Amino acid sequence: MVRSVSRLVALLVTMTLVVGCAGRPSRPADGPLAGQAVEVAAIWTGAEQAAFLAVLEAFEARTGATVRYTSGGDDLPTLLNSRLAGGSPPDVALIGQPGVVTQLARRGVLAPLTGEAEVAVRSHYSPEWVELGTIDGTLYGVYYKVANKSVIWYRPDAFDEAGVRPPRTWEELHQVTRTLADAGVGTMAVPGADGWVLTDWFENIYLRVAGAERYDQLARHEIPWTHPTVVESLTLLQDYWSADRAIQDDPLQLKFVQAVADVFGPRPKSSMLFEGDFVAAEIIRLGMVAVGDGAAFFDWPSIHGSPPAVVTAGDQAVAFTNRPVTMALIAFLASPEAAEIAARRGGFLSANQGLDPAAYPDPVTRELATSLRNADVLRFDLSDLTPQSFGGGTNAEMWRLLQGFLADGGDPQQVAEQLEAAAQRAFRSPA
Amino acid sequence: MSRQPPLTRPRHRSPGGPAVRSRRRREHQRVALLFLAPTVLIVGALVAYPILHTIWMSLHSADGSRFVGLANYVEMFTSPNTRRAITNNAIWVIVAPTVVTAFGLMFAVLTERVRLVNAFRLTLFMPMAISFLAAGVTFRLVYDEDPDRGLLNAALVAVHDSFAPSSPYPGATVRAESGLRSTDDGAVLTSTPVAAGEVVYLPLVGLPADQLPPHAAPAAEPPAGPGLSGVVWRDFIRGGGGTPGAVDAEEYGLPGVTVEVLRAGEVVATTTTDAQGWFTFPELTGGGYTVRLPADNFAEPFRGLTWLGPGLVTPAIIGSYIWVWAGFAMVVISAGLSSIPREAVEAARMDGATDWQILRLITIPLIRPVLTVVVVTLVINVLKIFDLVMVLAPESVQPEASVIGLEMYHASFTQLNTGLGSALAVLLFALVLPGMAWRARVLKRQEARRGELL
Repeated sequence: MVRSVSRLVALLVTMTLVVGCAGRPSRPADGPLAGQAVEVAAIWTGAEQAAFLAVLEAFEARTGATVRYTSGGDDLPTLLNSRLAGGSPPDVALIGQPGVVTQLARRGVLAPLTGEAEVAVRSHYSPEWVELGTIDGTLYGVYYKVANKSVIWYRPDAFDEAGVRPPRTWEELHQVTRTLADAGVGTMAVPGADGWVLTDWFENIYLRVAGAERYDQLARHEIPWTHPTVVESLTLLQDYWSADRAIQDDPLQLKFVQAVADVFGPRPKSSMLFEGDFVAAEIIRLGMVAVGDGAAFFDWPSIHGSPPAVVTAGDQAVAFTNRPVTMALIAFLASPEAAEIAARRGGFLSANQGLDPAAYPDPVTRELATSLRNADVLRFDLSDLTPQSFGGGTNAEMWRLLQGFLADGGDPQQVAEQLEAAAQRAFRSPA
Repeated sequence: MSRQPPLTRPRHRSPGGPAVRSRRRREHQRVALLFLAPTVLIVGALVAYPILHTIWMSLHSADGSRFVGLANYVEMFTSPNTRRAITNNAIWVIVAPTVVTAFGLMFAVLTERVRLVNAFRLTLFMPMAISFLAAGVTFRLVYDEDPDRGLLNAALVAVHDSFAPSSPYPGATVRAESGLRSTDDGAVLTSTPVAAGEVVYLPLVGLPADQLPPHAAPAAEPPAGPGLSGVVWRDFIRGGGGTPGAVDAEEYGLPGVTVEVLRAGEVVATTTTDAQGWFTFPELTGGGYTVRLPADNFAEPFRGLTWLGPGLVTPAIIGSYIWVWAGFAMVVISAGLSSIPREAVEAARMDGATDWQILRLITIPLIRPVLTVVVVTLVINVLKIFDLVMVLAPESVQPEASVIGLEMYHASFTQLNTGLGSALAVLLFALVLPGMAWRARVLKRQEARRGELL
């Protein structure tokens, strides 16, 4: 799962076992749900939390209900599991891993979205997004916040210096990288210390090489990881990673946050960084260059003439109770009004069709949202769809294998076989 | 050992017959039970029950639903990840307590002679006041690979660079289309023999524009002959353009590049380029030469060591552990030192023993019990090491750095395999037990001895 929040913060949260509860003074309010309390849990802290609280306040003002927000940090699934074991889950949780949502739904602890919540989701979201929130034919979740993980960020001044333009095809990407290397302005930073970045690399190539159908099949492990399309994707990945001077040295020691600083910081070492829209938040936090001016992005290049495709991720709001106030809150989160409040504050992309793109505060965010909306092929982050031990966390096997592949190279066929062996273990065990 | 009369034997015969006595005893027992009950309850609920439940879980499947016998234990000793964790733990247990105790002893003995003993000891003890988490975060900055961020590498680089100056054009390579070749170590050579009267073109790329020396002049076609001549230049124009391999306007010469001429593998002449990147060897005649730009023109600057890479990560983390715990060892050992009879040391000194002999033959044997306590305490502490490794080891090398505690955490909470996690917990428990038992015995013995003294 992708977090732009520093891992450190997550560690602090985990290790001190502090669950930050952000309570706000409750104001007496009138409304249809006055006096009712509802609890919602998500991973957000800091600015993201503040933006979410603004949305919750609007809900309170509208309905009179009181909302309590619990931040679970990066280990939200662990928090939810222990709360479930204790018999008191929050009413609503925003979960980033569809695999976790599927597990919870199959365990029967989630409440299906009904009534006004279901109506809101079906009327404001495209069928693809509704489908992503549906498990075994029942609607369980709505994607409140989404990410565009098919963009590559770059420094326009470095591109000017080298005289190159953003590439549109895979071959052009190779060429641009070579020219950047010749110009001595630095090339691609690959933060291999964070395994999730590498899974995103693979997924973007795989979606373009194999197409959406095979992508879905691989996500469900209906085709093996030794499939020729996987081997081909790994080969393309290796071609790029091992090309002369194509990536910054010692990638396995480079963490995502440091990579952002290595590209957009005071002493740039590289001029490109592949990761999702949330890179913008890190660039803003660094404060060295302005997004849209000293930092720009291009869509992930097409491979073998593939159509515009986007790998996406997102936080899904699910319900653990079916109280009216719970459903009302989900319905509100699925509404264009809520999306607009969050969008105006920045650092937020929505898949809500009712949202006016003018609500995004800057052209870059608007462009990111547009590219997400215009994609011919839209697929969810594959590693997040697989069991946690395979694709979704520190020590996950896919992360480790790709890290080894990045560091030591190796035969793509062999790596594919290792991935398959790991996938078989992960998909067999019930956890 | 105790010379006190046993408490169970009454000193005075109590009034009343045996029946009264047995009733009293029962009453005593009831009262005793009453007083014990809270403790038994608390210990039972908070210690005994979790231990038994963990053992029970370790015999069950990942989600606790099926009984799997010893399968988790088999996996624990066969899976490469957990085996590496167990090996690492063994390294930790062997190295960390020994080194910490050695440092502690050293500090304790040395600080005895310092004037501001307490200030010194306080400073050394200070890291104990910091949590492992904070120490981990701090050392993350110390060990960072980038000398701009990492303290240790910054120091290493500073020392290294004051002995070995860095190369003029680090990272520069030959243009791919130029027909020159470069060796693995970065030297650039002409691939076909050249003769006197020819002009050798050596186009280089991969140099940032801001790295050109200020006195570099625009490159130009060098004049041919007499002898061998040529030009080394940065074959890149801002914004691209120009002909690769040809000297274009706006391209700059690279001054100060060492140029060697070889014949049959022997260096026959050496020079350096001027401001426009020109070089000439007017004295050379004939042909069959190879022109080489040696690798030290382009050597990457020394960047320090990858402390948190797969090879050094465990020693590096042990290093930070030593920093935290050396103060503790020092304080305990100092206390031990102060209880050594002065006569023994003074007598040895009168006999002409050196400081080293006194330490080895008098001090250490006399404080051996203290040293053992320190080592065993540290062994128990090191066995359950977790937080330092979790914080310090970058995700990519966590498998290499893993220890039982970390593996237990990941098994239980990231892979949600409570069976394996519990099995690891049981292993850890079993490993800690002997040390605990030993410490308990020592404590009891000390108490008994204290009782004797009283």
